[in-house]
Amino acid sequence: MTKLMEWLLFAVLFFSIWIALISENVNLHFIKEWKQFVLFLPPVVLFVCGLYAATVVLYRTFTFNNCEQAAIELQEQIEEAKKDLQTKGIVLKCK
Amino acid sequence: MVERDQTKKDIKELARNDKYSILLPTYNEIENLPIIVWLIVKYMDESELDYEIIVIDDGSPDGTLDMAKQLQNVYGENKIVLRPREKKLGLGTAYMHGIKHATGNFIVIMDADLSHHPKFIPKMIEQQRYLDLDIVSGTRYAQGGGVYGWDFKRKLISRGANFLTQLLLRPGASDLTGSFRLYKKDVLEKLTQSCVSKGYVFQMEMIVRARQFKYTIGEVPITFVDRVYGESKLGGSEIFQFVKGLLYLFATT
Repeated sequence: MTKLMEWLLFAVLFFSIWIALISENVNLHFIKEWKQFVLFLPPVVLFVCGLYAATVVLYRTFTFNNCEQAAIELQEQIEEAKKDLQTKGIVLKCK
Repeated sequence: MVERDQTKKDIKELARNDKYSILLPTYNEIENLPIIVWLIVKYMDESELDYEIIVIDDGSPDGTLDMAKQLQNVYGENKIVLRPREKKLGLGTAYMHGIKHATGNFIVIMDADLSHHPKFIPKMIEQQRYLDLDIVSGTRYAQGGGVYGWDFKRKLISRGANFLTQLLLRPGASDLTGSFRLYKKDVLEKLTQSCVSKGYVFQMEMIVRARQFKYTIGEVPITFVDRVYGESKLGGSEIFQFVKGLLYLFATT
C-alpha cells in the first residue's frame, strides 16, 4: 500500500465515523451532549495539527545548530591544504 | 587518547579486507577539488583505510579535469581515478558511471564543493563496520549535526521541507535530501537502477527505495558548511522540483 493510500484510508475512516455521528445514526448520550464539538471536529483537528506543525518547524528552525567551529576549522584547513599542495608542485588557480 | 587509538586499531582491523571508493561528481570545481582531495587523503591515511577517489567531471569549462590530472600526478593513479564524461548528464548516471569503474566494495558519495567534510567518512565507516549496515547517511538534522552559512529563511524552508517529508514518507532516516552517504557497492548498484528521479529528489528516492528493499540505514551527524567558493542554489524551481518529487514518492511508494 502506498503512503497516499494509507492517508486516504485514514481520512475515509475518520469521515465515515464523523458523518455517522453527526447524522445521529449512532445514538449515544455522550454524543448528544457534545453535539456542537463533534460538528466542528474536522476543522478543530486540522487547526490543532497545523499549530503543532508550525510550532515544531519554528522550534527546530530556531534551534538549528550553527556550526561556527566547523566553518573556522575548514577555513584553517583550506589554507593548510593550499600551502601543502603548492609545495607538492600543484599550480592552484588564483582568484 | 589511548581509547581513540584503540578504536582506530579496531576499525583498521575490521576494515582490513575493505576498500572504499569515494565518488566525486564535479562541474566547475577547480578551486574546491584540490582541497577536498587533500582532506580526503589526510583523513583516510590517518585512519589507514584502503581507498580510491574517483573524479567524474562532466566536461567543466573551467579546467577542473586538468586540476584532477595534476592531483593524479602527485597522489598516484591508484588513488585518484579519472572518469570524465563529455557533458553534464545528471547525478544518477554519474553514480552509475562511477560504480562501473569502482574497485572498492564500499562506495562513498559526497559533494566536491567542501560542504561535506571528509572527516566524517571514518565515522561512517566505523558505524557501518560495527553494525554491518547497508547504508550510512550523513544527517544535518540530528543532535551534533548542523549547518553553517544559512539565513533564517533557508533554515525555515529546510526544516519545513524536512518535516513534511518525515510526515508523508516516514522514511526511517532524518536527512533525505543530503548527499553524503556510504553504501555497500551492490546496494548502491541496485538502488541507482531502481531510482528514476533527478537532482536531489534522487537522494530522497534512494532512501525511500532502500526502506522498501528492507536495507538497514544508519546515521552519522554531519556539519554542513555552505559553499565556500561558488554559488549555492535554492530558488523557486528547486522548491517546485522538491514538492513534485515528494508527491511522486508519496503516491507511488
